[in-house]
Amino acid sequence: MQTKAENKRIVITGVGLASPNASNLTEFRQKLLAGTSGISTIDLRYMDTAPAGICSFAETKYRKKKENKRGTRAGCISVYCANEALADSGIDFSQYDKSSTGVYIGLTEHGTVETENEVYNISCFDYNVDYWTHHHNPRTVLNNPAGEITMNLGITGPHYSIGAACAAGNAALIQGVQMLLLEEVDLALCGGISECVDSFGIFASFRAQGALAEHKDPTKASRPFDLDRNGIVISEGGCVFTLERLDKALARGAKIYGEIAGYAMNSDARDFVLPYGPRQAECMKIALARAGMTANDITIINTHATGTRQGDIEECKAIREVFQDASNVYVNNTKSTIGHAMGAAGVLELAGNLSSFEDNIVHPTINLDSLDPACELPGIVANEPKQLDKVDTILNNSFGMVGINSVVIVKRFDAY
Amino acid sequence: MTRDEIRDIIIEIIQDIDEEAEFDGLDADAPLRDQLDLDSMDFLDIVMELRKRYQITIPEEEYPELATLNSCVNYLEPKLQSVAVS
Repeated sequence: MQTKAENKRIVITGVGLASPNASNLTEFRQKLLAGTSGISTIDLRYMDTAPAGICSFAETKYRKKKENKRGTRAGCISVYCANEALADSGIDFSQYDKSSTGVYIGLTEHGTVETENEVYNISCFDYNVDYWTHHHNPRTVLNNPAGEITMNLGITGPHYSIGAACAAGNAALIQGVQMLLLEEVDLALCGGISECVDSFGIFASFRAQGALAEHKDPTKASRPFDLDRNGIVISEGGCVFTLERLDKALARGAKIYGEIAGYAMNSDARDFVLPYGPRQAECMKIALARAGMTANDITIINTHATGTRQGDIEECKAIREVFQDASNVYVNNTKSTIGHAMGAAGVLELAGNLSSFEDNIVHPTINLDSLDPACELPGIVANEPKQLDKVDTILNNSFGMVGINSVVIVKRFDAY
Repeated sequence: MTRDEIRDIIIEIIQDIDEEAEFDGLDADAPLRDQLDLDSMDFLDIVMELRKRYQITIPEEEYPELATLNSCVNYLEPKLQSVAVS
């Protein structure tokens, strides 16, 4: 294992999140370990109800109701998560300059919700566009959620969104790492956000594709790797991390959740929706190589699996290829508990596993009643948490439509 | 609509924009913007809400007429004369 200079090592020092079952990391971890589903149902415009993950958090803790009304749901979640992450990190901006702080937010999509709402609004006025809101453009520009964070916190460094389908959370995390390594910024607020439960179109499109989960009990609708899985449960949510260079983090006595050891992104270059295991395997291998690790060095693989027939099988094939010779690797899935939080998925799922470095427990994949033989992997942690002697590393997979793959490896700070 | 009714409508629209707006001690002849947390986008919200509720179109050059509570009432009184409060 190579040793890097402290200013070339990037660590996670704060976590802020809003999940369908929690509004902070402690609560989130408790729910994941207990296997308490955050999935309920949502009434959708033009559609029936569908299983969905909806977040409940203190929306006016960090800004006024007026500002929430002016901005977007994504902005509201972003502002909450960013403030929570900063509070958790202990950073008060006496250690960092706001002009050297970067905000990088991953989004699967943005503007769909706002556009649907406006089209509905003008439908009440015979489609007269004189009634189209002047808020449409500032709400739908792609930097909106990241920009709402900077306005709220007075951060004058760079901000932008990373559009990367359901790999977006990881992609934004990677962006933060890179900008810190380039010394473009000294502090990065990065993560992913999803407001997509407010879009009937996203539900309708998954349904048209035969990929929207259905179950009479919504808490059982999200069931990756299970024989009875029938699609994705859509969730809103968000997670923002504070990332710092290790030397600075140590100098201010920060709590260090983990170190970003390696990462990779690549493209299938094949299909709009179908995932491709061989390219996912390549992505994992690149991330391992960059981390200076082998498959045997990984303790937990947190899977992307969303509960679609083909997607889960492809990822399992990829994991089998990369980890065929690895022993003591444990595999879990966070979406079984919180659904698929789209742009937030990668980071929210990573956050849900970060506490493993402290409690050495692997949270379970729930709703895994009949394991699909095509998804069989050694080390799948099903329905009950698994206590280990020590968790040293987490490999986090996040893949998305149009063939985008991302892998982030985080290691225990004192691991190597 | 009476002047008092128009005044109440304007306050109701502003309350809808900002539920926490404080109207106690509001000077009806001083700019709303100086006394409440309102910016140009909020004034466009007021314009849009008047359009939705009463089909009133306010040309951009007449936006300054909405500066104070009293100027709003003065400007809207003839436009809402024949409108009954719903």
